[in-house]
Amino acid sequence: MTTTQERPDVDDGPEARVAPLLRVTDLSVSYVPPKKGTSLGTGAALTEASLEVRPGEIVGIVGETGSGKTTLARATVGLVRPVAGRIEFAGQDMGALRGRALREFRRSGQVQLVFQDPLRSLDPDLTVAALVREPLDIAGTLSRAERHERVVESLRLVGLDPDAMLDRRPRQLSGGQRQRVSLARAISTRPQLLFCDEPVSALDVSNRNLVLSLLDRLRRDLGLAVVIIAHDLRSLAGIADRVAVFYRSRVVEQGPIQAVLERPAHPYTGLLTASAPSVTHVDRLRPDQLRPDPEARSWPAHGVCVFAARCRFAHDACTDQPAPVRLADDREAACHVAGEWRALITDSKEAS
Amino acid sequence: MPDPTTSPVLEVSDLQVSVGDHLVAVHDVSFSIGRGESVGLVGESGSGKTLTCRAALGLLPKTGEVDHGRIVLGGTELTGATRRTWNDVRGTRLGAVFQDSASYLNPSLTVGHQLAEQLRVKRGLSRTDAHRRAVELFAEVGLHDPEGVFHQYPHELSGGMQQRVLIAIAVSCEPELLIADEATTALDVVIQAEILDLLDRLRESHGLSLLLVTHDLAVVAETCERILVMYAGEIVESGTTEEVLARPRHPYTQALMGVATIGTWERRALEIIPGQPPSVGEDMPGCRFAPRCRFATEVCTSGPVALADLGEGRAARCARIDDLEGAPA
Repeated sequence: MTTTQERPDVDDGPEARVAPLLRVTDLSVSYVPPKKGTSLGTGAALTEASLEVRPGEIVGIVGETGSGKTTLARATVGLVRPVAGRIEFAGQDMGALRGRALREFRRSGQVQLVFQDPLRSLDPDLTVAALVREPLDIAGTLSRAERHERVVESLRLVGLDPDAMLDRRPRQLSGGQRQRVSLARAISTRPQLLFCDEPVSALDVSNRNLVLSLLDRLRRDLGLAVVIIAHDLRSLAGIADRVAVFYRSRVVEQGPIQAVLERPAHPYTGLLTASAPSVTHVDRLRPDQLRPDPEARSWPAHGVCVFAARCRFAHDACTDQPAPVRLADDREAACHVAGEWRALITDSKEAS
Repeated sequence: MPDPTTSPVLEVSDLQVSVGDHLVAVHDVSFSIGRGESVGLVGESGSGKTLTCRAALGLLPKTGEVDHGRIVLGGTELTGATRRTWNDVRGTRLGAVFQDSASYLNPSLTVGHQLAEQLRVKRGLSRTDAHRRAVELFAEVGLHDPEGVFHQYPHELSGGMQQRVLIAIAVSCEPELLIADEATTALDVVIQAEILDLLDRLRESHGLSLLLVTHDLAVVAETCERILVMYAGEIVESGTTEEVLARPRHPYTQALMGVATIGTWERRALEIIPGQPPSVGEDMPGCRFAPRCRFATEVCTSGPVALADLGEGRAARCARIDDLEGAPA
């Protein structure tokens, strides 16, 4: 809680001049080794992805299943080795870490992961006390008494009563409580960066906002940088500063969340926001205005823009995958008609 | 809108379902669905929405039991129906799709085989006719290359394609009612929107009624004409979607609106519904939402609260409904 005073700027979102905590540059990951002399091919899980996360910032990563969101988190903590590109964490080149140094970095708990389903990611036989203490035992830097103190403090930080919780097991907790225990476990080592993989997808609406607000408070109280990986835009509402939209292993658009989701520059982001259901009738595009003609042209398998086959605005230029281009509002998009496609939309319903 | 001259497709009255050791999970639920109407049943997990729709499908889990109440499908009494009656009704007059599409498909048979089998067994089509009709149905639910899909196995299809196959199977015998229980929850939003569009289209082309069971108020807002809000085993509010969302009368519906997606992305304090819902079967003399309700007073917890008819097809179960008229949502 003491860090709040030291970081007065984070309340309004971190400023661009702060050096990034995590800098991913042109990262490519493939689970299938690429054949000699070819490009990454079909095994590519991540292709030339670049992303920066600053201290105290919440960055959302959205995209469909298999678009490379989780791979980025796995590569950052060293669970998969990239084919190309660079990952820097707090100024250190992660690719240079091997063997003992890599193990030590992981044990230090500077980067932590939180998973979607706490029932499956928390050991059902361990008590809350043991679950939250485990990362500290592994880091091995604190004495027994200090560890216990840290466990109690972490539970308080996530809004759980330590006296009532310490001896319980995951099954004796509600869904929201379980996810808060996962968070307490993740922050017990006082990480600098937290990767949350679908942190609220398994939760009911009542608990979803509770956990999201908690993440927002933790980044303020602990100066934590948070990456929220989600297939669902709702998991970012109200708390994220920036968003990166992934499609088929590529970052197709990124920038400040309001700019990106309210005025999408990439047609995929447009389709995503148009498809998200809402309880209010806001003036927005309809998904059918953005879906391509089913009889549209067929595209070659390689080199073509990843979104071309599902893009209503795809044209000849799209046979070449566009590189990300800087646009206004501090954002970038990888599209040949970035932002310009809106003018091509007709308001008729003929496509439906 | 439902046609008032015809009887409702599904009529559920005073349904009480208990699970396990006589824990009442669904309390006196009554609703009806008109011909061609789309109704959304909304509630959080544990609200009894899934048990309600399972009871209407005759598919309660082994530990579940209908204590009392009536279920009538287009004039056919299904209350206490035999297994044989249920088997005649399910698949032909009642169709259903669920969340985990993969587990409802046989992994060792092609999806075309599974759809054609349904057509041959339930509609008595010949092998050739069943094949032809199956391909037509696959095309109708928006699968590209339907002839190719016919010969594919479930594992070769994406989640969205599997859900389309299940929808094709569910509507293959022209059911009167399609029940979709969290059918789009596991899907990516883009695919979810496509599937919801498809359900809407089928409703029109097949004259189908739709019961959409979901935890997501926003999905109902986009898809359904009428809405039923369930909380802790009871219907707490019902009415046309437009009316209920514009002027929610029950504090729980208001709270749900507060936490729902509103399509804006600026940084803001998120609303939270404090507390937890009561556990299944918990005995509460009064309003079951009272412990979490910011308007609750003694009158709320002293005795049972009836679902009050508010006219124009609207109803709400709130003891303070008259006091709260015009209260800020």
